[in-house]
Amino acid sequence: MKRADVNFLQYPYILWAGLFIFIPLVIVLWYSFTVAGADGDAVFSLENYERFLSPVYMQVLSRSAVLAVKSTFICLLIGYPAALIITRLPRMWRNTILLLLVIPMWINFLLRTYAWMVLLGRRGVLNRILEFFGLPGQEWLYTETAVLIGMVYNFLPFMVLPLYSALSRIGKETIEAAEDLGANRFVVFRRVVLPQSVPGVIAGITMVFMPAVSAFVVSALLGGGQYMLIGNLIEQQFLYVGDWHFGSSLSIIMMVVILLTMALVSLYDKGASLEGGNLW
Amino acid sequence: MAGHIRDSLIRMDRVCKAYGDHRILFDISMDVGEREFLTILGPSGCGKTTILRLLGGFETPSSGEIFLDSRPLSGVPAYRRPINTVFQKYSLFSHLNVFENIAFGLRIKKLPREEILRKVGRMLELVNLRGYENRLVNSLSGGQQQRIAIARALVCEPRVLLLDEPLGALDLYLRKEMQIELKNMQTSLGITFIYVTHDQEEALTMSDKVVVMNSGRIQQMGTPEDIYNEPTNVFTSRFIGESNIFDGVMPRDLLVSFGGREHVCVDRGFSPMQEVHVVIRPEDVRVCEPGRGTLRGEVLSSVFKGVHYEMMLKEGDRVWMIHNTKNHPVGTEVGIYFGPEDIHIMKRGEGE
Repeated sequence: MKRADVNFLQYPYILWAGLFIFIPLVIVLWYSFTVAGADGDAVFSLENYERFLSPVYMQVLSRSAVLAVKSTFICLLIGYPAALIITRLPRMWRNTILLLLVIPMWINFLLRTYAWMVLLGRRGVLNRILEFFGLPGQEWLYTETAVLIGMVYNFLPFMVLPLYSALSRIGKETIEAAEDLGANRFVVFRRVVLPQSVPGVIAGITMVFMPAVSAFVVSALLGGGQYMLIGNLIEQQFLYVGDWHFGSSLSIIMMVVILLTMALVSLYDKGASLEGGNLW
Repeated sequence: MAGHIRDSLIRMDRVCKAYGDHRILFDISMDVGEREFLTILGPSGCGKTTILRLLGGFETPSSGEIFLDSRPLSGVPAYRRPINTVFQKYSLFSHLNVFENIAFGLRIKKLPREEILRKVGRMLELVNLRGYENRLVNSLSGGQQQRIAIARALVCEPRVLLLDEPLGALDLYLRKEMQIELKNMQTSLGITFIYVTHDQEEALTMSDKVVVMNSGRIQQMGTPEDIYNEPTNVFTSRFIGESNIFDGVMPRDLLVSFGGREHVCVDRGFSPMQEVHVVIRPEDVRVCEPGRGTLRGEVLSSVFKGVHYEMMLKEGDRVWMIHNTKNHPVGTEVGIYFGPEDIHIMKRGEGE
């Protein structure tokens, strides 16, 4: 094929990316470096970024980061064994379980989160069960635990799927070869399965951390507004305060945080993911 | 085998393997001696790979027992057997470089660092891959990956090395070269090799002993010369090289009747007028002027094969395959000659 043909096929995407990614990004950048002047027009300024350095906002950022790290870690803790078990199931079961894992994602994100409010509420399903066994009901909703549960629930499939994909790519022959060379099941896991699944772990962490750090619906609903995350702050600036300039600078900061984290994570990848898209 | 006293390293005693109703192996019994190069030869699906998997510990026999040094192997997991395998698809560890692939078994044994360095170095020397230590295995060619798979298994100094069609994926030239290298390694290291292949030439070239298998049963066991020169049944003679196989009758020992004539042969131990198969190798048949040979026939086709012409002759209602260095045009009448020792007689009903 001639080069020109290839270029021609790229045009629709370039147009799409320009309209919906590049231009909005430029607008956000412009807003973030300007403030409203005295007569209403925009003036270049670093004020928005300076404002962010105050302890109140730094706290919001660190809270978001800590919560995102926590939920990513819990997802990995649940997701890795789950993916490992799924790969060892008979083929028919494997597909069924994977389907069950994906089905909730077909339901609207808001609805799913509201469902957790019903489960975790003071008169909710969870407390009724506890009361049935004579245990005192707990205050679940509007706690950090509730936000964590909501995040882990919503993002778990994004962890399991890439892990499953990476683990199922490790052939039976590779494992037999390790056994043949003297490795028992534990050593096989540590020396072959775990290292070969690293691309899946990286992909899973990326897929969970990104939406977790920018989440705002889960914390708004299950945290009851008490757990202000950077996502909530951005939403607030744009929709309620109307300060697009500060909102934009927050968005840029969040983007930089995510990019830095991804760069850091991919350092551990050691080129292993060169083998291709490991998402699914 | 009977009365053949030799240090038996591995003994398979009436081993059977079945998956549900599907039987893979029937009563496999054999002895493998110390330092022996034994080849299991058979078409795909004959159960030869299953034998390797039983020896390696990846499958358990449905019945029968395998002994190593007279000790039963049942219940011994793969990772505790002093047996290593070179897998058909190499199955190298893609996350490790060449050095670490070879060092894998030694690291598990927790050998000291210098010893690992020394042993892996020696193996790299042996398989001609010095300087490749830090390369990723996926960046290497098939032949190089094959050598790493061999080095990775040999470095553990196994009592027995199992090789599952290890040269199958290589081109002809490389295959020939590796055959010689493998044989040299086996001789110099003094390790017992059990080699599985469907390539009869490979089996005959390298082995001390060949086991011919078909449909889960051993057809014949013996030295390459025995297998080639004295096939005991139709399957072996068809599978090893090419053969002309005709129906015949033995009026008495040392005499066989086929093609409307009686021929002197060297086989005995048959009852009078026993129906037999007569096997004659294409290269054992000589073509001469019509009337001078034992039989006469007409050339049906002739194809040049490099060293020889492969000719099909029609003789009576039989078609002969003949290898001859001199060409005879299609349609000409020729004589066919073969000597008593060129005729191999096989009892009917074996291996069919």
